[in-house]
Amino acid sequence: MNAPLLNTPVLEPSIFELSHAGAQGVSLSAIGVDETPLESLIPPEFLRETAPRLPEISQMDAVRHFLRLSQLNHCIDKEFYPLGSCTMKYNPKVCDYYGMLDGLTRLHPMTPGHLSQGALKIIYTLQQYLADITGFDAVSLQQAAGAQGELVGIMMIKAHFAHIGDTQRTEVIVPDSAHGTNPASAAMCGYKIVEIKSGANGLVDLDRLKAALSEKTAAVMLTNPSTVGLFEKDILEITRLVHEVGAFMYYDGANLNAVMGQAKPAQMGFDVMHINTHKTFATPHGGGGPGCGPVAVTKTLAPYLPAPIADFDGQQYFLNEDRPLSVGKVKAFYGNFEMMARALTYIQAYGSQGLSQVSQDAVLNANYLKACLQEDYQVAFDQVCKHEFILTNAKQKVHDSHLNTMAIVKRLMDYGYHPPTVYFPLIVPEAMMIEPTETESKATLDHFVAAMKAIAEECRTQPELVLNAPHTTPVSKVDEVAAARNPNLNYFGQSAS
Amino acid sequence: MYNFLPHTEAERQLMLAKIGVKSIDALFSDIPAALRQNMQYSVLPQQGLTEAELQAELQALARQNKGTELTCFLGGGAYNRFIPMAVNTIASRSEFYTAYTPYQPEIAQGTLQVTYEFQTMICELTGMDVANASVYDGASAVTEAAFMAMRTTRRHRILIANSVHPDYRKVLQTYANGLGEVTVETFDPLKPGEALNPNHPQAQKTACVIVQVPNYWGGLEETQSIRQFCQATGALFIVSAEPVSLGLLKAPGSYGADIVTGDIQPLGNHLSFGGPYGGYIATQNKYVRQLPGRLVGKTVDRHGKQCYTLTLQTREQHIRREKATSNICTNQALNVLKATVYLTLVGPNGLKHLANLSLQRTHALASALRKLPGVNLYKPGQAFFSEVALRFPVPVAPLLQHLEQEGILGGIALERFYPDAKNCLLIACTEMTSPSEIERYVEAVRKFLKLNAPPGTPQPPEILQQMEATC
Repeated sequence: MNAPLLNTPVLEPSIFELSHAGAQGVSLSAIGVDETPLESLIPPEFLRETAPRLPEISQMDAVRHFLRLSQLNHCIDKEFYPLGSCTMKYNPKVCDYYGMLDGLTRLHPMTPGHLSQGALKIIYTLQQYLADITGFDAVSLQQAAGAQGELVGIMMIKAHFAHIGDTQRTEVIVPDSAHGTNPASAAMCGYKIVEIKSGANGLVDLDRLKAALSEKTAAVMLTNPSTVGLFEKDILEITRLVHEVGAFMYYDGANLNAVMGQAKPAQMGFDVMHINTHKTFATPHGGGGPGCGPVAVTKTLAPYLPAPIADFDGQQYFLNEDRPLSVGKVKAFYGNFEMMARALTYIQAYGSQGLSQVSQDAVLNANYLKACLQEDYQVAFDQVCKHEFILTNAKQKVHDSHLNTMAIVKRLMDYGYHPPTVYFPLIVPEAMMIEPTETESKATLDHFVAAMKAIAEECRTQPELVLNAPHTTPVSKVDEVAAARNPNLNYFGQSAS
Repeated sequence: MYNFLPHTEAERQLMLAKIGVKSIDALFSDIPAALRQNMQYSVLPQQGLTEAELQAELQALARQNKGTELTCFLGGGAYNRFIPMAVNTIASRSEFYTAYTPYQPEIAQGTLQVTYEFQTMICELTGMDVANASVYDGASAVTEAAFMAMRTTRRHRILIANSVHPDYRKVLQTYANGLGEVTVETFDPLKPGEALNPNHPQAQKTACVIVQVPNYWGGLEETQSIRQFCQATGALFIVSAEPVSLGLLKAPGSYGADIVTGDIQPLGNHLSFGGPYGGYIATQNKYVRQLPGRLVGKTVDRHGKQCYTLTLQTREQHIRREKATSNICTNQALNVLKATVYLTLVGPNGLKHLANLSLQRTHALASALRKLPGVNLYKPGQAFFSEVALRFPVPVAPLLQHLEQEGILGGIALERFYPDAKNCLLIACTEMTSPSEIERYVEAVRKFLKLNAPPGTPQPPEILQQMEATC
């Protein structure tokens, strides 16, 4: 079967439909040694009777299938992604050089230290750089993603209280504006989640925080700039209050891109943080992963970091496993090493002054976009923002009550843009959260403004056009309700064995 | 300078004017002055490097990893396998590589369909009904599967075989310590004793029994008694399986597994000193709502056109918050893409061939080594697959040093993980270890034993007949 015929309701056939028995997409080495009958090596009860129904297809047809699929994706290398809190910025191509070097890609994780000095130096140097950028004393790179970094951060806090015999701390305070991973991570450590309502300005409400804090509090989890894109102006007071009851301050590093070179989380009074390397140091998002979630801590919490940590004895880099108080291992081997090498390259490309410029331009772009859009859309918090800001549909829904935020952002796809983050943070009804990042040019931002203004005009004059959007994408509005009601998660329905 | 930043100074001024402020500093006036004044970097390089300098720097670091110049006989959960060029050609397409999580299905059909095809392939390999879009790695897959079993059974006792990858067991233990109220008990599947007795006082409290096939040292575990224990007690039966082996070995679903997990690194993913890899979790339909992580389902758009979307998202942290099945909010999409392209190119016959090739080469190496005096299996009597643990009549540290001088990474010293594995090496063969390299390995060991065998051990023969015949 070839590409879909005209008028078929399928964009691209399934790889299983393209399959035809006997074809194979790659040539493979011969066995090369005298073959012993299988049955004399493996007892028959272990051997498979039914072959898995994997595709059988020539290489050309396979390549075309995946290439056609690639064309159905929106990607940052093609067009702008104004995704608040998710930070989609340009991935410098020089970082891809990693993949061309056998000395990095073909290194087995169990290679002895004296034969993997380059890799160990990468881990060690990145640890040092991240400690410098965040102001903390020690860093672990083992975590596979920001969410795992969060989990490790809370685990270390729990381990510390266990170690000093403070057993009364059972609660973690999380603002209602927090990322969903915050409460989920704390719950995975057995903590009760105490949610505090944000103030009308979107920031932490000091009175509510004071009321929630007690000797039962283990930690407060905070993002700064906050999830509404504002710097917590009272941050020094907040961290003081939290420390006063003996609890720790957790910094969700999702928004570090806005403050690099401007302020260090450790100096704000935080005790532990995670970093999402794809948000701040431009490791590829890849359609959802892989990630890398470094964790940085103060001296107090450093003994609990996962083992091993890369170390240097003056001659050789080595993995230090000697961490008796460590929370343990959270990832097989040493974490997502490739992402570490990429993040290191990114940091070296900018240097100290460059990273400071990154944050300045990210903040400049966000404030510029906000200034350009505030006539046509309701701005949720009207003040200087950091790297992101929130609009709502308040000015649009007066034309037609069905003009919710989802309808507006789906229309944006017809103009060639990925929608902003919608319905997050939960505290702003009908939120559209926009983060341009520093890598977008003024021309790109101006085009985006023009599209947003055009949509605002359509909402006034022809709301149906917006309500039925998107019109020009590979598929139109997808029936997600049907997908959840009767889940179809496997081409064959049921598997062979 | 900073050629990833697009603005000219003139444009910056225009933008500041539009915002209505005089300088960029005004945009940071909300940060307390004390914080800004203290701001300086002491370790970072002041100036950025040029692209040429960055490339040279990476090259230099790569060259310091001398290990990649040696023939690799290392396995232990990460395998040096051949990666067809087309895998990386497809995976380095920007459309995949620089895409975002497919929350907007109308413009993410590429990533979504690939993931759906991956889910189907994993179901085919494992004999399960549903698979998720992947988790971090094989270790987190085992851990998430165990937690899934705890939610399903509402029990808090986990039994895990001591032959499961040591790192996987450590990660499970870390998560269990974090949650608290979880007991993780290790048992020896070769001598389970009371552990698998359904009348054991704790048996009815068991959420799951976890085993790995092939296990850490390549051995094929007998799973009948585990299955019976699970049937008798209501515990879930979890199998961690290396995916290439499933080209030849029975799908765990066919011998009663409730959840199957593993790591997709061997399917077209680089070794990369440990990551990124990707964990898979597959299970039966009835457990789908307890399955953590992303799921892609087939549906239609408003014109009835077939398409794909993320589904059953109410299990996930961005909706369910502290009541989610897991805090994981990502998957290993790029690794999944590589695995999907790899399995497509290799196909069922190729996968079976690669599994058989690895098996045959490992056995050829093992049988040649076992002909040397004093070399034995770590676990005699247990069939092994494409990785083998052998006991040598000498300490392995100097043996490994000797092999290194011969250009060989000779294996993983097993005593680090198993105290009873004194003088044992874990050795793996794949299509990347050529027959002549296998021969070189045997010859190097023979030479070493000749000079270093303990008194009383018979001397190895001058030439190994069986290797001459096969290579």
